[in-house]
Amino acid sequence: MQIKADVGKCQGYGNCVDLDPEHFDLDDDGLVVLLRTSVDEAELEKSGAAVRSCPVQAVWLADHDG
Amino acid sequence: MTADRIPGRVVVVGSSVGGIRTGQALRAAGHTGEVVLVGAEDVAPYDKPPLSKQVLVGDQSAGDIPLLGPGGWAGDGLTPVLGRAAARLDPVGKQVILSDGEPVAYDAVVLATGAHPRSIPAPEGSLVRTVRELRDSEAIRAQFSRGGPVVVVGSGFIGAEVASSARQLGLEVTIVEALPEPFARALGSEVAARIGRLHADAGVSVLGSAAVARVESLADGTGVVHLADGRRLPAATVVVGIGVVPATRWLEDSGLDLDRGVLTDEYCRASGAPDVYAVGDVARWFDVRSGEHRLVEHWTNAVEQANLVAHNLLHPDELRPHVKAPYFWSDQHGLKIQMVGRIHPDDRVSFLRCTTSAGEKDVALYSRDGGFSAAVVLGWPRAVVACRQAWERGEDLAQVTGRLSALATAATPVPVG
Ligand SMILES: Cc1cc2nc3c(=O)[nH]c(=O)nc-3n(C[C@H](O)[C@H](O)[C@H](O)COP(=O)(O)OP(=O)(O)OC[C@H]3O[C@@H](n4cnc5c(N)ncnc54)[C@H](O)[C@@H]3O)c2cc1C
Ligand code: SF4
Repeated sequence: MQIKADVGKCQGYGNCVDLDPEHFDLDDDGLVVLLRTSVDEAELEKSGAAVRSCPVQAVWLADHDG
Repeated sequence: MTADRIPGRVVVVGSSVGGIRTGQALRAAGHTGEVVLVGAEDVAPYDKPPLSKQVLVGDQSAGDIPLLGPGGWAGDGLTPVLGRAAARLDPVGKQVILSDGEPVAYDAVVLATGAHPRSIPAPEGSLVRTVRELRDSEAIRAQFSRGGPVVVVGSGFIGAEVASSARQLGLEVTIVEALPEPFARALGSEVAARIGRLHADAGVSVLGSAAVARVESLADGTGVVHLADGRRLPAATVVVGIGVVPATRWLEDSGLDLDRGVLTDEYCRASGAPDVYAVGDVARWFDVRSGEHRLVEHWTNAVEQANLVAHNLLHPDELRPHVKAPYFWSDQHGLKIQMVGRIHPDDRVSFLRCTTSAGEKDVALYSRDGGFSAAVVLGWPRAVVACRQAWERGEDLAQVTGRLSALATAATPVPVG
């Protein structure tokens, strides 16, 4: 799976970073930065929880081409 | 074997963020049994934080704030039972009884009924409103479009956000707070003074020691808010934000332990009956860190507990306790206010001003005997991430200050207030 982000939607709530700091970070403007986009099977629970914890659906999981 | 202890059919009561995220997390974790969502409201599940912000000012509407994924109920693998409230829980027969008497059987049930807003005695009609559901927000928006003035009763976060939204629409707004110091109940005096200035600068009139005696409704649909000290405030809309009451009335004869919420252990398992869990604004869970039961009425808490309960339902031999840092955000007059941790009345408050590539940012740090209790961060989300991690690791004030200094090019203490 791939993580996708719409930085324009991000509100800097930081929930994604809190749950999955290996994939997500915030910059000084409080906008999400993807440290890595690929999610392997073992990471899916963490990254999935991170994505579901975004209050504004600014990050999501997609199939590799999705 | 654990396999036969994993529930087949999970019924979730409450179709807001706590309930929907529980269902989604069960699916994400590979649960194959049926997941039924019982919801009193007969509308597509929507998110609540925008109700006092974007929805009130018209930047978002119902379609913009869904809780389900793009594939809807089917895509998320959830079975909806909407438009009928749960009226009773029968933990012996393992069923939820709906308002029309229909039973819904469960192997495990998750209570996510949230809370109902408190209000004040009000005259008939639409003058006095609370904001909890989409229709409340839509009705207030319609009323705001006819003009002000607006009186907000209560200086909690929802009241403060409604005031901010009303100002954004150009309406005249007064916040009335019964306590002497507005905004102080949740934040303490020092930070409350800052928030007070934020509202004053945005043109909100904020009155402390202003208890409402009664609201009078006039023939033209507007009204007058009478304060206990005799002051009178004209109002086209009165919005009341004086807190919420956990929605447990339907559980009163269930045998569950209730005390201003559903009491649970640290794993969010309700005490008093097996296979019953509670999450979100209705759950008063046992906090291992403080040794007390806690109820946290914030969005992120509901989502964290939803993930936790999904895990605990499917892994009865590897139960996870709820130990995340309490966290919430509030958006007022363009400023993002984010709070981490738990404030004690006798905390010391210090302000740290940090220079970052995005400008100067202030963080209020609450501490007791060098221990870190809480932080309020004004407009600097990056610092919030650091504070959450520090809180969860039990770091002290010096360590938190160190983390923040490392994020900034310079960090200096500034006078309180
Ligand atoms: C206007 C507003 C703004 C907010 N802003 C923020 C914010 O900026 N940041 C933040 O952290 N938090 C915010 N919150 C708080 C956050 O939205 C709540 O903590 C969160 O909604 C709690 O979710 P929940 O699922 O536990 O309960 P709720 O969202 O209250 O949902 C409970 C659901 O259960 C249903 N229900 C109740 N009784 C029954 C029954 N007997 N049978 C069936 N269904 C039932 C209700 O209809 C409702 O859909 C805000 C809340 C409001 C109202
Ligand atoms: S959770 Fe969403 S809003 Fe918050 S930082 Fe991550 S992407 Fe941005």
